[in-house]
Amino acid sequence: MGRYVIRRLLQMVPVFIGATFLIFVMVYALGDPVAALSGDRAPDPATAAQIRRELHLDEPLWQQYLQYMGQIFTGNFGTTFDGLQVLDKMGTAFPVTLRLTAVAVVAEIVVGVTLGVLSGLRRGRLLDTGVLVLTLVVVSVPTFVSGYVLQYLLGVKWGWVTPAVPIGAPLDALLLPGCVLALVSLAYVTRLTRTSIAENARADYVRTAVAKGLPRRRIVVRHLLRNSLIPVVTFIGADIGSLMGGAVVTERIFNVHGVGYELYQGIVRQNSPTVVGFVTVLVIVFLLANLIVDLLYAVLDPRIRYA
Amino acid sequence: MRGALRVGSAFFAATAVALAAAGCGGGGQDPSVVRASWGDPQNPVEPANTTDVQGGKVLDLAFRGLKRYNPRTAVAENMVAESVESPDARNFTVKLKPGWSFSNGEKVTARSFVDAWNYGALVSNRQLGAPFFSYVEGYEEVHPEGEGAKPTARTMRGLRVKDELTFTVRLNQKFGLWPEMLGYSAFLPLPRQFFTDHDAWLAKPVGNGPYAVQSYAKGGIMRLRTWKDYPGPDKAKNGGVDLQVYTDNDTAYTDLMAGNLDLVDDVPASQLKHVQKDLRGRYINQPAGIIQTLSFPMYDKAWAKPGVEKVRRGISMAINRAAITRQIFRGTRTPATDWTAMALGEHGGYQAGLCGTACTYDPAAARKLVEEGGGIPGGSMKVTYNADTGSHKLWVDALCNSVNKALGRHVCDGSPMGTFADYRSKVSAKKMSGPFRAGWQMDYPLIQTFLQSQYFTGASSNDSGWSNKEFDGLVSRANAERDVGRVNDTYHRAERILAREMPAIPLWYQNGSGGYTDRVEHVALNPFSVPVYDQITIKD
Repeated sequence: MGRYVIRRLLQMVPVFIGATFLIFVMVYALGDPVAALSGDRAPDPATAAQIRRELHLDEPLWQQYLQYMGQIFTGNFGTTFDGLQVLDKMGTAFPVTLRLTAVAVVAEIVVGVTLGVLSGLRRGRLLDTGVLVLTLVVVSVPTFVSGYVLQYLLGVKWGWVTPAVPIGAPLDALLLPGCVLALVSLAYVTRLTRTSIAENARADYVRTAVAKGLPRRRIVVRHLLRNSLIPVVTFIGADIGSLMGGAVVTERIFNVHGVGYELYQGIVRQNSPTVVGFVTVLVIVFLLANLIVDLLYAVLDPRIRYA
Repeated sequence: MRGALRVGSAFFAATAVALAAAGCGGGGQDPSVVRASWGDPQNPVEPANTTDVQGGKVLDLAFRGLKRYNPRTAVAENMVAESVESPDARNFTVKLKPGWSFSNGEKVTARSFVDAWNYGALVSNRQLGAPFFSYVEGYEEVHPEGEGAKPTARTMRGLRVKDELTFTVRLNQKFGLWPEMLGYSAFLPLPRQFFTDHDAWLAKPVGNGPYAVQSYAKGGIMRLRTWKDYPGPDKAKNGGVDLQVYTDNDTAYTDLMAGNLDLVDDVPASQLKHVQKDLRGRYINQPAGIIQTLSFPMYDKAWAKPGVEKVRRGISMAINRAAITRQIFRGTRTPATDWTAMALGEHGGYQAGLCGTACTYDPAAARKLVEEGGGIPGGSMKVTYNADTGSHKLWVDALCNSVNKALGRHVCDGSPMGTFADYRSKVSAKKMSGPFRAGWQMDYPLIQTFLQSQYFTGASSNDSGWSNKEFDGLVSRANAERDVGRVNDTYHRAERILAREMPAIPLWYQNGSGGYTDRVEHVALNPFSVPVYDQITIKD
């Protein structure tokens, strides 16, 4: 197990380097950050040269990249153009998005798995068909549509929640955006769980458990669910990374000042240090989430062992 | 266990009460405070480095300069200045009114201005607004032209402190209207703390205006509270202003509708359809000092050949400005008839109709002119714009549609570019091959900011690369004048050359559009489309 983890961690290094280099190249290919800085007017050449020199923008790209990576390994993500440490920005943005993602994942697990189990056990019945229709509708509606509609109905029309999340993003204000963020994945979790449960319900070990006379609750939770969760865990694990990155739309709609907001601002304003820094951290989150998923397999199915 | 629980809840109750009393709890909103929408400032908020509207709002709330532009008429009026006088339009003596101070108690003196200006101009401080000091003698020494050149001085020769309340300015050329520039935010005074503890100042700016910054969470919210001892004549009529950053204009508008926000100063295009119904009389739509134009690459031989000016004029006449501003912009733009902006006012040099027939829609005349000029260079043209902000695609497509219809042939197409940064770097590098969108927002209400910055030979924002000796001569002559009327007349003569040569087609003047809830009253936008915060009152 220990060796497996170390091997996986080592494999992450080239992935990390490759990914950050690609982001670096892409962001810097978008255009001149100094030109974007001064709006519709042309920047004064001397001032622009001064800014370029301080940000090392006048050096070749590979040299800038090496400098940047050197900085990162000493724990310094550089300074944004509006004079903030990228690290400070991350310190305020990541907790917010983590909270938002946590709400989404909890909603996925609680609602998605429950609906999936229920419809999987009642294959072909009314409930199953109902859930099928519901999930199809949810999957086919884009997040920004469901976001704006729910925001208008719950926030403006009925006044149950505040339509925009206040600064600091308290947990209760994140419930609605979290659910909106979860919606599409939630539907997938439901479909995955349902299929897996329906398939395993006919497996030999379930028949054996029933024949042994175990209580139904124990059969479903300990035997059936545990074995059926492997594909679902894979999905949710991989989803954590994409939820954090994909929060761009949801965060914009609900005025959540998290990772999505910073990334969007960073791209629109060509604030390269922000974009590269945030995406780098997202890459790490993605890689770690995948590692944890792989390790969880062994917990769920003791037959899987990592040497 | 039970005891511990009780202690716990008592502690929470006490904290809640304390938070509410301090007015910083989530729900503990001070009822005398105006809650306004805001965008994240692009740069650190410091006078000479702020060129965007969002940072400008803070400076307008927390600072007062030598002069201030009247929120209604845009005329520059003395504020901290007692007088700004000159015998020869080149040597100026600035006298300050006594009794002004910063909100930390420090006095506003001549040094507060001179130090701030020297800081703003010094190239190594890399302030984006440095060129505003370029008229002061000695600017070239603190801000040398060449890339990488080192400054040979740290202060400008032209600035001299005479006594506590007087300083003199010597310009490097005659510029009679120079005092009119002094209402611009780059010329604001700064307290000592700005120089001694810069980081602390940036975290919580200290100024001399009617409001003082109470707290500032970057990217989130800035709370400004009325400064009780403000010595100026324009005391705030409310308890304070909370500037809240919104990720999206639509969300701000939604929050306004839900009553969580009092004021938005930018109604998103998607809401314009029903804004009248939503807000009834609480929707503001008034001209701002912004013009949008279609510039031509005059560095491209095909577009600069003699005779092609007829084609450029023809294209201008093929644009149905009235229809586009009505249908696409729903009345939030006004068809342009000159190269400045309506909000400039007549005092500032605005004169309607200077463009003449060249800016009136006339398909038949347009067709004739384009033919006389030898047709569109290359047979067709692409109008370049950036697609990431400002929904430019909509109007560019409409504009091309109008041109194609008027000329009776398909000659015009839109050509989007991915990001504003990319677009701007191509424009500054002069790599355009056809007409491209351009816009200009005035820094100060003077005709000079529109014409000299964009059309003078070699000017920093002369993106079309146009050059005309006669035009340059008139601009220089106008700047040397001391009488506002004569300045404007001379500039109008220069504008008539633009009408003849048409290096850029005036399209429309942009309006400021805002909305507010029925909790507040007396909401208005100034000519820079920034709300006049200090005049807003709260209804009981």
